[in-house]
Amino acid sequence: MGIRERLSGNEASAIAMKQINPDVVAAFPITPSTEIPQYFSTFVSNGDVDTEFVAVESEHSAMSACIGAEAAGGRAMTATSANGLSLMWEMIYIASSLRLPIVMSLVNRAVSGPLNIHNDHSDAMGIRDSGWIMLFSENNQEAYDNLIMAHRIAEHKDVRLPLTVCQDGFITSHSIENIELIEDEKVKEFVGTYKPEHYLLNRKEPMAIGPLDLQSYLFEHKYQQAEAMRAAKKVIADVSADFEKLTGRKYSFFEEYRLDDAEIAIVCMNSTAGTTKVVVDELREQGVKAGLLKVRVFRPFPAEEIAKALSHVKAVAVLDKSDSLNAAGGALFEDVTSGMYVNNVNVPTVNYVYGIGGRDTTAKDIHGVYSDLQEIVKTGKIDNPYRYFGLRK
Amino acid sequence: MAYNLKEIVAKKPARFTAGHRMCAGCGAPPVARMIMRALKEEDHAVVANATGCMEVSTFIYPYSAWTDSYIHTAFECASATCSGAEAAYKAMKRQGKLPEDEHTKFIAFGGDGGTYDIGIQSLSGAMERGHDMTYVCYDNGAYMNTGIQRSSATPHFADTTTSPAGKVIPGKMQARKDLTEIMASHHLPYVAQSIGVNNFKDLYEKAEKAIYTEGPTFLNVLAPCPRGWGYPTDMLMEINKLAIDTCYWPLYEVENGKYKITYKPAKKLPVEEFLKPQRRFKHMFKPGNEWMIEEFQKEVDKRWQELLDLEEITNK
Repeated sequence: MGIRERLSGNEASAIAMKQINPDVVAAFPITPSTEIPQYFSTFVSNGDVDTEFVAVESEHSAMSACIGAEAAGGRAMTATSANGLSLMWEMIYIASSLRLPIVMSLVNRAVSGPLNIHNDHSDAMGIRDSGWIMLFSENNQEAYDNLIMAHRIAEHKDVRLPLTVCQDGFITSHSIENIELIEDEKVKEFVGTYKPEHYLLNRKEPMAIGPLDLQSYLFEHKYQQAEAMRAAKKVIADVSADFEKLTGRKYSFFEEYRLDDAEIAIVCMNSTAGTTKVVVDELREQGVKAGLLKVRVFRPFPAEEIAKALSHVKAVAVLDKSDSLNAAGGALFEDVTSGMYVNNVNVPTVNYVYGIGGRDTTAKDIHGVYSDLQEIVKTGKIDNPYRYFGLRK
Repeated sequence: MAYNLKEIVAKKPARFTAGHRMCAGCGAPPVARMIMRALKEEDHAVVANATGCMEVSTFIYPYSAWTDSYIHTAFECASATCSGAEAAYKAMKRQGKLPEDEHTKFIAFGGDGGTYDIGIQSLSGAMERGHDMTYVCYDNGAYMNTGIQRSSATPHFADTTTSPAGKVIPGKMQARKDLTEIMASHHLPYVAQSIGVNNFKDLYEKAEKAIYTEGPTFLNVLAPCPRGWGYPTDMLMEINKLAIDTCYWPLYEVENGKYKITYKPAKKLPVEEFLKPQRRFKHMFKPGNEWMIEEFQKEVDKRWQELLDLEEITNK
């Protein structure tokens, strides 16, 4: 029943990649994800994997090489953070439009500028409309588990989209926590072999990929990408169910923590959910009906399901670890509230931008949010839905 | 076996087919076709193409002029894309996922924009990493696809849409970057400069060598552009001939560090013979602008002499 270990998020991700044994890993170092290609290149040097490691000269080339490798018919993986992802940006869109199920570990960090190496979600939010499936992870275990599930989801014939697994830089990537690994053989069996229908190295059926795609076709091709993203929901659910059979660990689109009977709820992603769970427990002891909705699947966005899960609460706070700088609210807030609106869920909802550039998020901060929610429930008033916490005044 | 164009055309069907939409009189399609012909018939190829004239004219959905596998991703990363496909090939071969006795060759094509400029980082990286691939630059000396803007391959004084010959500034004020030398400095097993002349013998032989030399190899091929250069479309082959007879575009190869000039004109023509038929150099022939031709000639002479010296030094 699993292998008990103590690993950092980066180590856990590198081990997942080793167990997946992809054909190509192309990566360029960037804090805080650097350790992933470091650990992985050691596996390559020691002959623990069959992978060709391409030590590219930039992240742009990392994603380009992954595209070439995946199109050729191999499994390609990479890891990056922040500016590395920014440099990849052009290729991120090309990877998804070419329907290549590349898997990327994204260790979230603030995007410059000014330069900052610490955690927030501004890197991930920059690719939220790029056609990549995006899974978020609260801790090392989830980062590992999401990677093990990644290829089954991304490569499914109804999907064929690239996928990124997010975890918080340093907070998760560098913290050593207990973890339960799956045995190599079981991972191998679960992940399976990659059998693309069309690929460059199939000389019996040469293919051309990446055309000039003009007015007559691009719209339909984009629609097919959108369809694939819609279809990914069912595939994610199915793969997660299979994963639960294998490990006993249950994964849904989001985790509901003491949300059933909650009157006030926080919606957040990644490691902040851990802090929030502690606060929820404390409040529950005081008789406050607090709950949490932790988003795991951010793309495709489970709008209807989230709206339904929040429909019974009296006030919601959506926490965004990235400011959208749009004078209207963060990305998660906008997605949650528009999901609620179109599904006729009318619950007072506020947005908090927090943790920018690695600003520490404490239990006290989260307590403050729940207090605000209690106040909203009491007064029925929201003065300003677009708020901050942890910001020095 | 001695090179024979008729035999090659008869025996080896074109792998870059008719029906593409490149301009009449463009130097690039015969280059691509000849390079693809240099492949052994039994070998499969993966072609990676940088964004540019060649890409937008040969693979307009749903039509392709390429009979081999082909991938285009973006402007600056044909090398990286190609290197990824080559890496997958190696890994898959090693694991027995591909037949052992069948071979795939990897060839990247880019114009001078995608090679000298925006793609030089990706090119340098892929070559340094030692992927078994051939990179071909078809150099037409400007960003022709977007409408004749200057590149670092644009010759001195050329009139382009971003280095216009004006009243104060007479065209591009910098001499051309020497990319072939930059690639030679990567100490690759094979680097060559070529052009489509004399029944394409030089190009075919260099392409064959480049493709079948193990490791990263580089070909720089001059590919005139009738729109950008301003010559009549039926003059392509003459322009090519003038480029080599004036030593503006020397034909040479560097094999494991040894230089070999593959064509030394019996009579080196003055460079104005090459410049004159081209609209982009028209202003150089106005009275009072003789200094421009002189300066151009000096640069050509200097580079030609450097090449002669390199040939001598490396063959001692």
